[in-house]
Amino acid sequence: MTANPQIRIFLEAYRPLLELSRGTDSSSAVRAASSPHLNRLEAESIHIIREAVSEARNPVMLFSIGKDSCVMLHLARKAFHPSPPPFPLLHVDTRWKFQEMYQFRDLVARDSGMTLLVHVNPEAIAKDINPFDHGSALHTDITKTEGLKQALDHHRFDLVFGGARRDEEKSRAKERVFSFRTATHQWDPKRQRPELWNLYNTRTNPGESIRVFPLSNWTEFDIWHYIHQERIPVVPLYFAKPRPVVARADMIMLVDDERCRMLPGEDIEIRTVRFRSLGCYPLTGAIESGAKTIEDILVELANSRQSERQGRKIDTDGNSSMEKKKQEGYF
Amino acid sequence: MRQAKKAAPAICRAPTSTIASAGDLLALQAGQDTLRFITCGSVDDGKSTLIGRLLWESQQIFDDQLLALEADSKRHGTQGKDLDLALLIDGLAAEREQGITIDVAYRFFSSPKRRFIVADSPGHEQYTRNMITAASTADVAVILVDARLGILTQTQRHANLVSLMGISHAVLAINKMDLVSFDPDVFSAIRSDFDKLASRLQLEHTATIPISALRGDNILERSEHTAWYDGPTLMGYLETVAPSSSESERFVFPVQWVNRPHPDFRGLSGTVANGRVAQGDTVRITASGHTARVDKIVTYDGDRHAAGEAEAITLVLDRDVDASRGDIITAADAPLEVTDQFEATVIWMHEDPGLIGRNYELKLATQWATASITSIKHRVDVNTGAHESCRQLAMNDIALCNLALSRPVAFDSYRASRTMGGFILIDRYSRATVAAGLISHNLRRAQNVHRQSLTITRKDRERQNGHNGKVIWFTGLSGAGKSTLANALEQELHAQGKRTYILDGDNIRQGLNKDLGFTERDRVENIRRVAEVAKLMMDAGLIVMTAFISPFRAEREMACQLIGKDNFIEVYVGTTLEICEQRDTKGLYKKARAGLLPNMTGIGSPYEAPEQPDITIDTGTTPLPDAVRTLIERINDTP
Repeated sequence: MTANPQIRIFLEAYRPLLELSRGTDSSSAVRAASSPHLNRLEAESIHIIREAVSEARNPVMLFSIGKDSCVMLHLARKAFHPSPPPFPLLHVDTRWKFQEMYQFRDLVARDSGMTLLVHVNPEAIAKDINPFDHGSALHTDITKTEGLKQALDHHRFDLVFGGARRDEEKSRAKERVFSFRTATHQWDPKRQRPELWNLYNTRTNPGESIRVFPLSNWTEFDIWHYIHQERIPVVPLYFAKPRPVVARADMIMLVDDERCRMLPGEDIEIRTVRFRSLGCYPLTGAIESGAKTIEDILVELANSRQSERQGRKIDTDGNSSMEKKKQEGYF
Repeated sequence: MRQAKKAAPAICRAPTSTIASAGDLLALQAGQDTLRFITCGSVDDGKSTLIGRLLWESQQIFDDQLLALEADSKRHGTQGKDLDLALLIDGLAAEREQGITIDVAYRFFSSPKRRFIVADSPGHEQYTRNMITAASTADVAVILVDARLGILTQTQRHANLVSLMGISHAVLAINKMDLVSFDPDVFSAIRSDFDKLASRLQLEHTATIPISALRGDNILERSEHTAWYDGPTLMGYLETVAPSSSESERFVFPVQWVNRPHPDFRGLSGTVANGRVAQGDTVRITASGHTARVDKIVTYDGDRHAAGEAEAITLVLDRDVDASRGDIITAADAPLEVTDQFEATVIWMHEDPGLIGRNYELKLATQWATASITSIKHRVDVNTGAHESCRQLAMNDIALCNLALSRPVAFDSYRASRTMGGFILIDRYSRATVAAGLISHNLRRAQNVHRQSLTITRKDRERQNGHNGKVIWFTGLSGAGKSTLANALEQELHAQGKRTYILDGDNIRQGLNKDLGFTERDRVENIRRVAEVAKLMMDAGLIVMTAFISPFRAEREMACQLIGKDNFIEVYVGTTLEICEQRDTKGLYKKARAGLLPNMTGIGSPYEAPEQPDITIDTGTTPLPDAVRTLIERINDTP
């Protein structure tokens, strides 16, 4: 595909500013009382994380900068306290994340004292793979799935933590907590290991690996409730504020950097929006919302009629697309 | 999984409510706990429809999912123009294409009173293992029957499995009541049949509810069609039933990870399996028998005075006792039994058959061991409960077996503790989970043997000897020169004033192991006993040399595990088969070639060479004095 000459490139789009005070309501600075439901989820996740690390040769945690990653990292810090988590963080960078996400990523890595590994698929750089010219499916495949596989092979990680939850998508609901992958990173839904009690089979042969999902039993609401309870910092893009956007029929796109392209006749307007889920900015739709704090988000979620991933273009590339991506090695 | 009848108009009613403030919302959450349940029932009893209905009624289906469902229903649905709720659940492409449920799906929903995790498991007999998987984490089982058909073979199987897995509450949901005109006599007849079944299975049958999953009768709201029914709705029942708690009260804490951020902190991290622990309690490390006091209970959110079941904590003890991953900590006055032989119900979950005598890896809590089935007492017909004789285990077989382990593990019965009584078996080569097991009891006569902590320790003996105890494990083909090497090495060590002993294959088989033959199973037992004896001698402060073919990697790993990596030097006497056969010191190769020795290693039976031995010596190319020098250097190098 070549760039459409009709498309106008907008150069001075958006200046990100990381304001981490956002979202925490100053009037409720006291730690909220913990709920029995969240306590149970927390203990279960810590058990999973400790079990995985104890039996892995070379573990790593995928850190994709979203709210789930932040909760997962927080749980890992709890699991090994007072030691720091004994593994590095890995960010598979598509080069098309929101600017605030990059700033936030580096801040979190610094604060955690953990090593942050960043991998970009060199092929994506060489061929300048991007969502505008190549579409969401190819872009995701090259920058995320292939990039992830390259990074795992390069570092020979045998166990990878991911923040996926079973409530996100139908094929995720069928995923094990410890998900076995072949030496070529494939997931075979028909050959999953039976998983009984909280007893996990961590055994692999050389080259094979296991993806571990400590947040399997959490819901989107649980994640926000826990972020509220634990005061976990998250990317400010989750909170509503006036932002420069282009409103299209299928999504509201944030004009995040100078690479952003608009179609003929489109204009940038300022709308008060936030994000429910974060990915590559041209593929992640904003929602119009007035939710400025975590409390607002919780209320909005409780009344929402839309699922979390409705703004994600990569989920709608075709029926069973997540399942197919997973079989190919996607998280 | 599908219901062929037309969907009722009720399906289109999406209840709505609005929550205005975060305060209300958080207050609501503060009291919520979680109930985990499974749905089971035979094919076409409407399990997926029921779960779809529960999600729908509790407003967990979003508009965009509904749009996708509409599209899916047009493509794969079985409800004509109406929505097919079952498609919400069957998420895999193959499931939608075939209209069946293949694997367990976990779904979440909530009511104002409670959070729910429902495991939807397939009904077909070939997926028994998936139902066992789903049942292993459930507090309650919802067993569905079709009102028109009553109790079927599959219903009996599911009730059997629910009872086996120790689920404390079973609720019978009689579905499709709309198709029998909500007839109370149909309901009573099925209930009475099920009561008999439940009592035979010792299943706590806590409710029977007449429902229509398709139309929503008695799911959330009481049905106008069942005025004769005065029990709870399904949701009402699920909201109020008490989740099961462990039967065992004693404190049990499997150590997952040793936490050592700096020299002044040594914590043992894990999750409390049963009971409670408090600061100041005296606890026992099961394997060593050592006791210590709990100095601190550490968490990220600060130190705690006490912790209870299912809490993830880190224990700091007042003394530096030897404890690591795989150790089980208990209250000092309520120790767990330790055994290497027990009886268990084994559920086979793999296409490869389960064979008596084959070695598998066993995981029980955080403990790993090598295990083999020593005998199969009987197989249970899951449909009738009848006992059948059986010589090997096929996929989905459930059988009562005896198992023997390479090393003792701490355990409890499954009835008393799911954590300490449930285990999995893993194939040593494919690494697949091949079976799950539920321990019934110890097979050792001495049921209450606890390790005695001796006053004179190995360290004391080693100090007196002037050197450390150690095991030098020679492995290689018959005729490779193991005994010759061990003998020459012992002479040299003896001359240096070291205290030594040689355990030699031929000598041991004339005494301690004369009851053993050469089948794979007997060879495993041979090495197990030798490893145990070597360990005792090492404990006495001796340098022990063992000269056994020890052909299987797994056995040598087992010996290394038992003796401890730091004390174990594996010497691979890698002389080629040609040279060994030329030497044929005992005339065994000739016999084997003549077909008189079927299990001769290297001829009729495999030899698995070590992948990373500490030392490799080929006696065909290395002169004996050079080999001895290499060994001495290595022994003196290790502490």
